[in-house]
Amino acid sequence: MTPSDAGTSAAGHSGHGAAWDGAQLTVDARGHRCPLPVIELARRIREVDVNADLQLWADDPAAAYDIPAWCRMRANTLVATRELASGGTAYLVRRCS
Amino acid sequence: MPAYLDHAATAVLHPAARTALLAALDDGWADPARLYRDARHARLLLDAARETVAAVIGARPDEVSFASSGTQAAQLAVLGAAQARRRSGRRMLVSAVEHSCVLHAAQWHEDAGGTVDTVGVDRFGRVDPADFAPPPDTALASLQHANHEVATIQPVAAAAGVLHAAGVPLHVDAAMSVGRIPVDVRALGADLLSASAHKFGGPAGVGILVVRTGCRWVNPLPADEREGGRVSGFPNVAAIVATAAALHARAAEITAETPRLAGYIERLRTRIPHLVKDVELLGDPDAAGRLPHLLTFSCLYVDGESLLGELDRAGIAVSSGSSCVSDTLAPSHVLAAMGALTQGNIRVSFGRESSAADVDTLLAILPDAVARVRERAGAVSL
Repeated sequence: MTPSDAGTSAAGHSGHGAAWDGAQLTVDARGHRCPLPVIELARRIREVDVNADLQLWADDPAAAYDIPAWCRMRANTLVATRELASGGTAYLVRRCS
Repeated sequence: MPAYLDHAATAVLHPAARTALLAALDDGWADPARLYRDARHARLLLDAARETVAAVIGARPDEVSFASSGTQAAQLAVLGAAQARRRSGRRMLVSAVEHSCVLHAAQWHEDAGGTVDTVGVDRFGRVDPADFAPPPDTALASLQHANHEVATIQPVAAAAGVLHAAGVPLHVDAAMSVGRIPVDVRALGADLLSASAHKFGGPAGVGILVVRTGCRWVNPLPADEREGGRVSGFPNVAAIVATAAALHARAAEITAETPRLAGYIERLRTRIPHLVKDVELLGDPDAAGRLPHLLTFSCLYVDGESLLGELDRAGIAVSSGSSCVSDTLAPSHVLAAMGALTQGNIRVSFGRESSAADVDTLLAILPDAVARVRERAGAVSL
């Protein structure tokens, strides 16, 4: 995590900051094109506990649609999203099964 | 066996259109605006084509003009009505899933100082007609008859009712429905309608523009006397004659063809989820709510461009709304508006030449093609 992204996370504390800080794992899939960010999410979600969160960073435009769709298809929960100061979007995903 | 499964992109030239085109190239070459014998003959052919098209879609002949493409017809319809009604307001309502030609025209209107409101859709890609209740400064609304990517038929007549109660006209983009299902401009409540010849077996280069009597419209481009002042420039008489021949033939064919193609789609809808893991069928599950010849689905963990390549190597021609297939690297705005999975997206569309063998070919090739693409991406047992 770059200092600027850490700053964004801390600045977001008044909103969903607590949830972001609680993520068990952060995966940076920026620079990877569709469908690789979703494949990475599916692979790495197994590393967090059930009911724990994973933070995925992606800058592929399709991720904005395909990560919510994957969560729906796999019965996991997209808890929140936020823009990263260093580019791309962070997706906070809760493993539900 | 090769299978052309992209009839929604462009249909094969209808045999009736081919015959009419070749005859009209010989007989209808002269300028239909002139007064000598050959010109009068071209004029007769053009007028007969207009009457044929008008009769099939329930319009009056003087309400029908021929443009150089479906895109041009839609642009003229939308921008001409907006221009004519500019004193009533500068707002335009468009659905989020309109064809890009309508969205580009709306963008043009916005760039010229107008306002565009986008009406959202549900997960099947369908608008709620109540969302077309127009704000007071609305010039017009535009809503497709059926969606070009997911086949969903829109509640056009209901949206027209909501708009007409406020005195606002509706443009209907019927490019996907004309020549595929019955289309009646009056039953739809369309004030303006556009369609495209090559989508139903006519030649490329002909669009159909309907401006209903009583609908205010001015040509948004420099006008001449051609096509009732609605489309400028020398008309392509032979291609227009072929368009009318194709549409006339389609009107007689579709009653028998619809259940056949709908059966192919039903078989795909039933079989694909059994043969391919993690696939999402898109559009309305109720056959009554969709076009009979088109199915779109998305495959999880699949790169759409690679899948198109695998299918192409097997001789199967389909299209995709996935981001990797787009020049802008953004997924299809239709899939995005529906909240659908956009990766591994494939649109299959049948036409009059399609057969059960095409369905067999796709079902035989698709599962292994998807598996190979997933394996190459390392997406196995996820």
